[in-house]
Amino acid sequence: MTEAPAISRSSVVKLARGVRLRKDAVRGQLVLLAPERAMALDETAVRIVQALDGERTLYRIADDFAAEFEAPAEEIANDITIFIQQLAARRMLDFAE
Amino acid sequence: MSKPISYAVSHATRVPPPMAMLAELTHRCPLACPYCSNPIELTRAEEELSTGEWIGVFEQAAKLGVLHLHLSGGEPAARRDLVELTKAAASFGLYTNLITSGVGLTEARIAGLSDAGLDHVQLSLQGVSREGADRISGYRGGYDRKMAVASWVTAAGIPLTVNAVCHRQNMDQIDDMIDLAIGLKARRIEIATVQFHGWAERNKAALLPTRPQVERATNTVAEARRKYEGTIEIDYVPADYHSSYPKACMGGWGRVGLNVTPSGRVLPCHAAETIPSLSFENVRDGSLARIWYESDAFNSYRGDAWMPELCRSCERKNVDFGGCRCRAMALAGDASATDPVCVRSPLRDGLTEDTDRLLALSSADLVFRGR
Ligand code: SF4
Ligand code: SF4
Repeated sequence: MTEAPAISRSSVVKLARGVRLRKDAVRGQLVLLAPERAMALDETAVRIVQALDGERTLYRIADDFAAEFEAPAEEIANDITIFIQQLAARRMLDFAE
Repeated sequence: MSKPISYAVSHATRVPPPMAMLAELTHRCPLACPYCSNPIELTRAEEELSTGEWIGVFEQAAKLGVLHLHLSGGEPAARRDLVELTKAAASFGLYTNLITSGVGLTEARIAGLSDAGLDHVQLSLQGVSREGADRISGYRGGYDRKMAVASWVTAAGIPLTVNAVCHRQNMDQIDDMIDLAIGLKARRIEIATVQFHGWAERNKAALLPTRPQVERATNTVAEARRKYEGTIEIDYVPADYHSSYPKACMGGWGRVGLNVTPSGRVLPCHAAETIPSLSFENVRDGSLARIWYESDAFNSYRGDAWMPELCRSCERKNVDFGGCRCRAMALAGDASATDPVCVRSPLRDGLTEDTDRLLALSSADLVFRGR
């Protein structure tokens, strides 16, 4: 895995070391922890983060969600890409070719 | 989908649990930075909390809701039990961040920290050249050691942030700092303008950046952010003395974080001990939860009841919480005054004049810590 800046639907990513999803029992939520950062994620975001397995492309993930939720893959892929772009800009992801 | 965790405040009577804890494991430090923000009086090694005491504090912190634990100092690597402490903290689910100068870390020790579950390293840089950096840190060989530490950290796979304090003498090298950080494979760089607490106060004249420097720095940072997006994240803390409004102190007094000193005193902020009217409780005598929720020191500047009318009636009070209490103490002689950096403060004009007077001095000598 190397770092690459640009995100596209064919990107394959996973959370970088030092970035992890954790249960925050005190506040009753799931948080994504990174250096100097804690993000409370809603359910959708949690599902996306959990789907970042470093194997499937973002489009493939969107496609799988589309089948599961019976929603248009196109839209889902868009949402995912925007969210992933934010994480990438903060260097929170590792990329596979 | 995601939001940085924050809390609506002001009239909320409920105090939120803390998000972050800074554990000042020790005041021992081999460096002698002239902008050190540690207090003038340092805690001696014999008074430091023991391994078991620190682990107890970490466990309490995790239960209280702390997510990020910053292991700091002095130089935390001066603690022989650093790996053990890290391991314990990680076992409580805490996100562990080591804030280090690099001195005292070896390749083997970094491997140990990596195995212990260390999440992140923040490495301070005092300059971009061997000569310049070692002059500022007062420690020969420091620069080379840092370069080695950076490579060991990234080779171990631990994410690295480079911390650089910028001040009058290096403010024009921000570009070089960013390049160096990228060369070291850092994922983030934090460029913070020097603040005048603790030891740094003595060196104000030599360290205070000039206005043109501050303007150039703002542009440099904006440009670099565009250029390096996705390569390195750039956090920049601009100079307060040249701003119109103060920043929120630590996200607000007693709202987001707490500090534990080497001997176990619990502070709402790093510099809080400069406020003589406050007394601070020790984790040796009471639980962290009680201190956070109930102690006078933490409750003194929560909410808005303590605020002068100027702040209480100001709409920014939920943004900056009236600014820095320690600076109000230092510059206004009253910890509950409006932060003198604020344009609305009656003291702001005087502060600007004093700043100009310091800037007019063409040179000033640095006083190095402990030399
Ligand atoms: S009170 Fe001032 S010195 Fe203390 S953390 Fe806040 S801003 Fe910093
Ligand atoms: S008056 Fe007080 S609350 Fe308003 S901006 Fe100034 S420091 Fe902040």
